[in-house]
Amino acid sequence: MTAQDILERLRGDRRALPRLATLVENNDLRGLEALDALYGATGQAHVVGITGPPGVGKSSLIASLVERIRASERRVAVLAVDPSSPLTGGAVLGDRIRMMGRHADPDVFVRSMASRGRQGGLAWTTASLVHLLDAAGFPFILVETVGTGQDGTDIASLADTVMVVQAPGLGDGVQAIKAGLLEVGDVVVVNKSDQPGAGDTIRLLRSAFALAHPTTARVVPILATTAVDGAGVAELLAAIDDHAAWLDSEGERTHRREQRARTEVLAGIRAALDAKLQGLPHDSGALRAAVARVVNKEQSPRRAVASILAALEDP
Amino acid sequence: MLSADPHPRPPIRVLIAKPGLDGHDRGAKVLVRALRDAGFEVIYTGLFQTPEMIASAAMQEDVQVIGLSILSGAHMSLFPRIMNELRAQGLDGVLVVAGGTIPKSDIPAIKDLGIAEVFGPGAQFSAIIDFIRSHAPAPSPSW
Ligand SMILES: Nc1nc2c(ncn2[C@@H]2O[C@H](COP(=O)(O)OP(=O)(O)OP(=O)(O)O)[C@@H](O)[C@H]2O)c(=O)[nH]1
Ligand SMILES: [Mg+2]
Repeated sequence: MTAQDILERLRGDRRALPRLATLVENNDLRGLEALDALYGATGQAHVVGITGPPGVGKSSLIASLVERIRASERRVAVLAVDPSSPLTGGAVLGDRIRMMGRHADPDVFVRSMASRGRQGGLAWTTASLVHLLDAAGFPFILVETVGTGQDGTDIASLADTVMVVQAPGLGDGVQAIKAGLLEVGDVVVVNKSDQPGAGDTIRLLRSAFALAHPTTARVVPILATTAVDGAGVAELLAAIDDHAAWLDSEGERTHRREQRARTEVLAGIRAALDAKLQGLPHDSGALRAAVARVVNKEQSPRRAVASILAALEDP
Repeated sequence: MLSADPHPRPPIRVLIAKPGLDGHDRGAKVLVRALRDAGFEVIYTGLFQTPEMIASAAMQEDVQVIGLSILSGAHMSLFPRIMNELRAQGLDGVLVVAGGTIPKSDIPAIKDLGIAEVFGPGAQFSAIIDFIRSHAPAPSPSW
């Protein structure tokens, strides 16, 4: 199918986009080939990554932002990623519960996704779904992930604007600094500003930012919001739009997208290698033989790895 | 191989919804966790869901299964509206099961609506899980 055919199908049947998303998420060839065809139609969307510790109000803030974005008559898609249980592979996807208000609006699309133990592959799959939503014509895409360090900073590899959300309480701010979340933030939000200590958290983050970005050309805005009543959310959307304008005026967007493509291709290679490795049973003859050679000092571990890799390439 | 190697048996996606006006979701939340522990991906949409909300969430999330949890006693008025809405949206292929305070005598009428199974207050989670495992349709057979 050509991109034209696919886009027509997406427009003609509201079930088509979610189903295609499932196929992409499941690495089903039908979804992946559709995505290949659609890729030329991507690049129009502004992708906002929203990250921060559990429970700070990311989903509530997204719901509030969606209201504002719709007030400006832009379509918007939300992709909410939650962790899978490493033990059972199951997941509770609970972000949607905050976003039920717009269920009747055909210009709001919300999709929940579990991490499925993909590790490096998570960034890959998330990026693939973002491409799909982008091609499907959503000019605004909001991606929610729980940010607790490494995983949270992944979002930076696929977003145009990274929004780091914190809540009042000294601990959270210090945690964010330690986790390196602030370095990736283009916009920093202290949500639950109706709660005590919000002013302190903002002051702490402002001073931390001064340290983290001593030479930055752009001042990272630190905003206070109350997601549950919408306070500060208009200013937040304005800050996101400002950042989008800044990206364009500084030529930074092109630079970021180059980096993003590189990260994505690397993540894809990693995911592919992982998939290959999973196809290598732990008791496979080749693996056992290589381990035996290492144990018997017939071969260094490095050479054993090389021989296994060669076998994977060319079984 | 990224392309030729689909996720080996992706987890079953289930939507748990609480239609109607009863404000208790403890039971539903315990069920949500039990389903997660069974390896399902469970989307929980919270209290007070209208048939339209349930159908639009089920569509966008492309779930294979919808679980309706109801304690208000309003099932005989809500279930037909939900099933009509699902059909209107073209979601006939989704497996729908129901649970809660539903008298045995209502079960035949509920099954006539297209709800595949009804689990009463005493139902074991394992029975619900087994039923879903053996009856859930394949994910997105076509798009
Ligand atoms: N007081 C107050 N409570 C809030 C605010 N924003 C969110 N909450 C509450 O905080 C709780 C968590 O909100 P969510 O939006 O689910 O937070 P989250 O960051 O998406 O949570 P996870 O996805 O689980 O990491 C809910 O009970 C919200 O009602 C706020 O601005 N003020
Ligand atoms: Mg959330």
